[in-house]
Amino acid sequence: MQLVCPAGNLPALQAAVDAGADAVYAGLRDQTNARAFPGLNFGDAELKAGIAYAHARGRKVYLALNTYPDSARLAPWYAAVDKAAELGCDAIIAAEMAVLDYATRTYPALARHLSVQGSATTAPALRYMHERFGISRAVLPRVLSMQQVQRLCESSPVPLEVFAFGSLCIMVEGRCQLSSYVTGASPNRHGVCSPAKFVRWEEHADGGRSVRLNGVLIDRFDAQEPAGYPTVCKGRFDVGGEIFHALEEPTSLNTLQLLPQLARAGVAALKIEGRQRGVAYVGSVTRTWRDALDRYRASPADWQLQADWQRSLSAHAEGHQTTLGPYHRRWH
Amino acid sequence: MNMLKLSLGPLQYFWPRERTLAFYREAVQWPLDIIYLGETVCSKRRELGTRDWLGLASELLESGKQIVLSSLALIEAESELGALRRLVDNGDCWIEANDLSAVQLCRGRSVPFVAGPSLNIYNHRALALLMEDGLRRWVPGVEQGEVLLRELRAATLAEGRCMPELEVIAFGRLPLAYSARCFTARALDVAKDQCEFRCIQYPDGMPLATREGKPFLRVNGIQIQGEEITDLGPELPVLRELGVDVLRLYPQFDGMSDVVSHFDLARHARVAPPRLAMRNGYWHGEQGMHLDGVAG
Repeated sequence: MQLVCPAGNLPALQAAVDAGADAVYAGLRDQTNARAFPGLNFGDAELKAGIAYAHARGRKVYLALNTYPDSARLAPWYAAVDKAAELGCDAIIAAEMAVLDYATRTYPALARHLSVQGSATTAPALRYMHERFGISRAVLPRVLSMQQVQRLCESSPVPLEVFAFGSLCIMVEGRCQLSSYVTGASPNRHGVCSPAKFVRWEEHADGGRSVRLNGVLIDRFDAQEPAGYPTVCKGRFDVGGEIFHALEEPTSLNTLQLLPQLARAGVAALKIEGRQRGVAYVGSVTRTWRDALDRYRASPADWQLQADWQRSLSAHAEGHQTTLGPYHRRWH
Repeated sequence: MNMLKLSLGPLQYFWPRERTLAFYREAVQWPLDIIYLGETVCSKRRELGTRDWLGLASELLESGKQIVLSSLALIEAESELGALRRLVDNGDCWIEANDLSAVQLCRGRSVPFVAGPSLNIYNHRALALLMEDGLRRWVPGVEQGEVLLRELRAATLAEGRCMPELEVIAFGRLPLAYSARCFTARALDVAKDQCEFRCIQYPDGMPLATREGKPFLRVNGIQIQGEEITDLGPELPVLRELGVDVLRLYPQFDGMSDVVSHFDLARHARVAPPRLAMRNGYWHGEQGMHLDGVAG
């Protein structure tokens, strides 16, 4: 299985490559990708340098072009496809049909991976994208159980990549409007979820804090309580008179213990989330997964989950907790 | 000026069988042009199974209204694909395709389809590609407002193409997100696999409020909706000018007959109707929700 790691900037890309990523994925410094955060992503010169760094070490670079342009804004997305081809990216990761169609017609030799934002969860959906746009890989939304992933590996027309570690989107990616309902800015259109410019923290006299997103109270924390970033899906709300994390707790996905099952199912690549995270995260998480994958490759029958791997990954998890998420039936 | 059509969108909630059948037998008498039937949220909801929906479709077809069969927004299991195949193979009705699986099956069998609001179409190129596959009508996603549609239409016409029929969500709670997780089961502290179909007790979804008690969202099984019932009635003059063909009204448990009458009067009137429910911020290029009621 290939290990695909996040690169929010050139130092993170180098850290991922140094720590053993088989491929890194990166975005341009605009709204053409789903992590359009201030201070993040690549200009042309940096991307060129990153590709040279990775290729010199036999690794691949994928360009994420996974947002949805509207009719008036298609040109920058097409230009980004041009750039991926010209600079020698190994693949684009795209979700939107016009972008995929343009890439298919203009650069048939440039590999096209279906982004998780493409929301393809079944063999017919994958066949559609394969027959229509010649995708050579698809990233699955974080909604399928382990058993469903196994079945899909058998029936999919293309190799599959799954999320292995990182912040957990609990909604079907590409089809969540919670951010735009509150702020007007969405992952699909603007490449952001719950953007920071809408976040307002309030300190209380008792030492507690409240956090609002565009004025909407997402959560309130006691003085001693760790406070997480206010995405709508990780807030605490009142349902039927009870206050709780009605959608999901601040937690990260960690599938390390499923590594043998994912390998046996025929999953082609494991994806680490976190282009918005720093060099320390990327280096450490990549190193842990590299080690786990190498040991599995060396001797599948002897592979055992190691406590220090899990400790290291938990240290980088949101709220320092991890979950198997939808891979585990009980999560549903 | 072409008369706007009225459609009854698919029932997003889970109602008891008799109530659902009675609702549609009443609805078929209302001044609607199109009725969407079928389960779009959760395949475990089987007060009406696929066969029942197909039977109801045959029955309602006699009214002369267009009956469209709506597909699940999120398909995970092989059994759900089997149900989708039975819908697509029904022989009479168009399909409302709510994910790419449905698009692919319709395309393979040359069945005309309506692109539902949970399919991602943001520009004229994607729309043109899907029209090659059999798309006949398009219901834009919830975050797509006047400006996006105006630009998309202009770009389509500039390429010498025709728009498909355009249907907008004119009344109802907006579907915002889908998950593998059942949030109703989570709120009631039961496992999804042993949910006892408890969402049947919440015929308009389960209210979710902020910690300061401001109504915010609706929990509806694996779907999350906005709390606010949105209403594009006052925007009818602009909708007409944009070439909108169909106004979609989503079923609510109470008062749907009055809602349909309101929009029926509105489509025959020269002036825009008074506001029936909340302003839809998305339509105006803003956040979907109305913030004045929430900010503390």
